[in-house]
Amino acid sequence: MSSHNTVSFSEARRVAVFGGTHGNEMSGVTLVNLWVKNGAEIQRKGVETKPFITNPKAVEKCSRYVDTDLNRAFTPENLSAPGGDDLPYEVQRAQEINRLFGPKGSPEAYDVIFDLHNTTSNMGCTLILESSKDHFNLQMMNYIKKAIAPASCPVLLNEHPLLKYSTSRSVAKHPVGLEVGPQPQGVLRSNIFEAMRVILKHALDFIELFNEGMEFPPCTVDVFRVSERVDYPRDANGNIIAMVHPNLQDCDWEPLNPGDPMFQTFDGKTIHYEGAGTVYPTFINEAAYYEKQQAFVTTRRETLVASAIRKA
Amino acid sequence: MCTLLSRVAVCGGTHGNELSGVYLVRELQKTEKPLEEEDELVSVLVVLSNPRAVQQCRRYTETDLNRCFTHATLNGPESDKTPYEITRSRELNSLLGPKGSPEAVDLICDLHNTTANMGLCLIAYSDHDWICLHIFRYLQRQMPDIPVRYIHFDFPPKEAYSLESVGKHGFAIEIGPQPHGVVRSNIYTTMKAGVQHVMDWVRFFNSGTIFEGGSVEVYTMVKNIDYPRDSETHSITAAIHPQLQDQDFCLLHPNDPLFQTFSGETLRYKGKEPLYPFFINECAYYEKGIALSLARRKFTNGECRAHSPWFHNSKVIQ
Repeated sequence: MSSHNTVSFSEARRVAVFGGTHGNEMSGVTLVNLWVKNGAEIQRKGVETKPFITNPKAVEKCSRYVDTDLNRAFTPENLSAPGGDDLPYEVQRAQEINRLFGPKGSPEAYDVIFDLHNTTSNMGCTLILESSKDHFNLQMMNYIKKAIAPASCPVLLNEHPLLKYSTSRSVAKHPVGLEVGPQPQGVLRSNIFEAMRVILKHALDFIELFNEGMEFPPCTVDVFRVSERVDYPRDANGNIIAMVHPNLQDCDWEPLNPGDPMFQTFDGKTIHYEGAGTVYPTFINEAAYYEKQQAFVTTRRETLVASAIRKA
Repeated sequence: MCTLLSRVAVCGGTHGNELSGVYLVRELQKTEKPLEEEDELVSVLVVLSNPRAVQQCRRYTETDLNRCFTHATLNGPESDKTPYEITRSRELNSLLGPKGSPEAVDLICDLHNTTANMGLCLIAYSDHDWICLHIFRYLQRQMPDIPVRYIHFDFPPKEAYSLESVGKHGFAIEIGPQPHGVVRSNIYTTMKAGVQHVMDWVRFFNSGTIFEGGSVEVYTMVKNIDYPRDSETHSITAAIHPQLQDQDFCLLHPNDPLFQTFSGETLRYKGKEPLYPFFINECAYYEKGIALSLARRKFTNGECRAHSPWFHNSKVIQ
């Protein structure tokens, strides 16, 4: 193991659980509404855990967003934009959330924010990491993975300079995305709901242990690092002309090799993957990404090293 | 017994986010007269029912188009406040109907998807429309690898509210499970094959093929069950129980689990009669107060042979 020193972090005292960042992703909406009514389940000694519906208008309409995607809205430009009520609803919300839980990048920001999402892709319980150098989050994810073993919990690292986006959770010092699927938008499946609940329970247990002084030794965390976005084949008018191939459908996290089937045209022809090497696709056939020109995203496997951590 | 089926309509995008039908209609509209051949006895209309909803990838823009085809709605007053879908239903009624008149198309096949695990279902208002029943039996035989079922909604024609009721004969093809807003290749391929088989049957019928009678299994809708809800907020307080999720058409017995509350309690089926559940956890039905529908199963009486009087060769299909 490496000779990294132990990294100290202050206690994680202020934790938030976001639901309804996308108003039709029902596990998070339901869990947060439950906990707003009665938050006993998410409380831990010494931690203030705040459940919060980030996009209430979208939740009310049961749509992903009203004007613009809230989970892309936390850019520096948006957070400082003047205009008040004239701004798109989600930009107003982003500024409000930044006031309540940030400001992003400042010492006053919340310690940890868990952002609860669902996907139509067969991603299981995925944890989303925004920085490979966040040792606190890496240790948390290692803890969660061990707690749910032999069930698996892939970690998606989105640190790509161009593909990374400004999420709701990014106002916190340690942002954690929970993405659980497959679940159709607007639908609540009890198995998906329970799975998300269990992951969050382990995450909060980790925080409690950390705050009590437990030292977590160095560890490695296998992650899937986002590499490239792949769009559907389209015609000259921008219409989709092929579907995710049946061999690729539902095969999130499985290797896709050059030459493997990737898309199937509407008249049955196969289009093959022509990348340089093996990749691990995910977000395969996510409903919300048709309009973002993404059929799936490719990732590469990597092992990150997390330093030992303890509270300061 | 009847004359030719000379005008058939295939409709997709009646709900704008049910994508198999949207993409299939687009594909069919691309190729000129793709479902027709030279010297055809049948002309096929391929229709995108709700273009605005398709454009926005939503079920509907103002009101559910597939509830707008009752006689009352079709013949109601028009104003500039009339919702888009009602205006559209009247346009479709002019194009494919008028409903109940001799000018209506012979057959409407309306394409849908569901988030419920229903396989392929043919949904119709009649359990004795022999054209629908014969097509159903033909589909079952041509598609042995997927579950194909017939669902009957027992409504009189005037109260029949969906698009297929505009034709002289009509049915919906409902295929799931597929999330709304998603195209799954296996589901698309099934829909495409299903429509092809329907058209094949129509051609066989028009060319004089005789289809033997027989009995088919039909599920007749009896009632719906809603989610348990909070009396103040009306929000749901339980999800479909994990043992019921995806178990469409598996007989539900009295006392079987129905829902699981968010605190983990099991709520059970209190009916006295075992019934067949379907549309279990269909996304669009949360707002309609339906968690699942329940049906009785029966075998129809032996149906008459189906043949058009325009036969020249008597090819018999069992």
